[in-house]
Amino acid sequence: MDARLKVRNTKSIVFKSIIIFLAFVITIPLIIILLYIIKQGVTQVNWHFLTHVPAPVGETGGGISNALLGSIIIVALSSLIAIPTGILTGIYLSENATTRLAYYAGLCVDILQGVPSIVVGMVVYFWIVKPLGTFSALSGSVALAIMMLPIVIRSTEQTLKLLPDSLKEAALSLGVPYHRVILKVIVPCGFAGILSGIMLSVARIVGETAPLLFTAFGNPYLSAAITKPMQSLPLLIFNYATSPYDEWHNLAWGASFILLMFVLLLNIFTKLITRKWNIQL
Amino acid sequence: MEHSVISASNFNAWFGDNHAVKDVSIKIEKNQVIAVMGPSGCGKTTFLRCINRMHELVPGARTEGMLKLYADDIYTMNPIYVRYKIGMVFQRPNPFPNLSIYDNVVAGYKLNGLKIPKVEMDHIVEKSLTSAALWNEVKDSLHKKGTFLSGGQQQRLCIARAIAMEPEVILFDEPTSALDPISTSSIEALFHELKANYTLIIVTHNMQQAARVSDKTAFFYLGELVEFDNTRQMFTAPKDKRTQNYITGRFS
Repeated sequence: MDARLKVRNTKSIVFKSIIIFLAFVITIPLIIILLYIIKQGVTQVNWHFLTHVPAPVGETGGGISNALLGSIIIVALSSLIAIPTGILTGIYLSENATTRLAYYAGLCVDILQGVPSIVVGMVVYFWIVKPLGTFSALSGSVALAIMMLPIVIRSTEQTLKLLPDSLKEAALSLGVPYHRVILKVIVPCGFAGILSGIMLSVARIVGETAPLLFTAFGNPYLSAAITKPMQSLPLLIFNYATSPYDEWHNLAWGASFILLMFVLLLNIFTKLITRKWNIQL
Repeated sequence: MEHSVISASNFNAWFGDNHAVKDVSIKIEKNQVIAVMGPSGCGKTTFLRCINRMHELVPGARTEGMLKLYADDIYTMNPIYVRYKIGMVFQRPNPFPNLSIYDNVVAGYKLNGLKIPKVEMDHIVEKSLTSAALWNEVKDSLHKKGTFLSGGQQQRLCIARAIAMEPEVILFDEPTSALDPISTSSIEALFHELKANYTLIIVTHNMQQAARVSDKTAFFYLGELVEFDNTRQMFTAPKDKRTQNYITGRFS
């Protein structure tokens, strides 16, 4: 009897050790990548780097201001398109879960989430770039907004579904009309969850390159015109890292570092905000 | 002619195919406490939720017959107006978790976007919380979240929230079933105070509670209103055999 117990104990110790070991192993590549990018990128970053456009081949210096501004504009524009649409769709799906429309809409959201980003880029190319006859920041934003939508929709839906019905009943029993119940009670109570979905979706798209290749296209100059081609961080990294020049490689490392820091900060910020806004039910 | 506050005649309600409330006719007079009791699934909660038109929010719900608030047909009134006039307190305390105690009390005004001067708002809050016997406990923490309170306090906050709208009638759906005995007795004590200004309709599983707090009792069985009489009469000499069986515990 004792011997069998011992065997069992040993088995669970071995099992536990394997889990811990594997969990530890998978963090190693991540840490190596982080350290490598930081090591290569951090030396490139200074005020000059952030405020100047890339220098032509052969000249030293130069920065990524065009890509930085471009990324901010393109992401802001996609958020403007995807966040309101996504939240409203999420509200619909959580409020009318049993309808046929909700079933098919939910299915579409799942499929959309699985569409490769390069395919989204190509579709937007045929929808917007070709008819307008020019690459543009706007078309890039539309492509990224399509990438954002499923994340915003699902996180809104899941958050709101977790709220108890009693909350809605409480508001309705006070004579509050339905739209106000949603906007003043349901959405504020699920705010933390919705916000973290938004943050995640932004973190997701800010590094997307493929959909921008033939939509925003890239631009070596500083530009804020949304109907013209625009540079962005992932595009700059893609173009410069594949170039044969060392200066440009360094620029790409610096841009990678900035992009990484942005995503990292966004994640930390999301954690803090959801903790602060989280509502005790 | 003086109208009853709530009167129903041949009122029916369904959930899909389930005929939950059958041909109920009842007259409820002003400033009384009415207990509605009966075994589970007898339609008492459904009837209660028909009075402020919460029943119709369930998919497949349907009603028939006449239900009046004074002389007005509840089912031709705007449901939003009905719910202003007929407040409700639920089985589980459900204060708004995103609002402070203060804002919870005036939630009926704030969520409806009604603009009221601050002084008047303060007055409503103090008056409602006092009526709900909660003012002394929370007056120093009005701007804390309502969910920090204990269960019994939360339920009294919900009562204050209903009172703040100055309704004619307040419906209670098993208001103490989720509370401990001390909180229960404080809420029962509250019913006596509240009936000076409001008409209370209380659904309860608890016969002792019905006997303690109500002026009149309605007994529902299988969707029918079996008997409606003075509480004392009902508990000492019920007219219907089924009521007698229920009260003496021969079925539950």
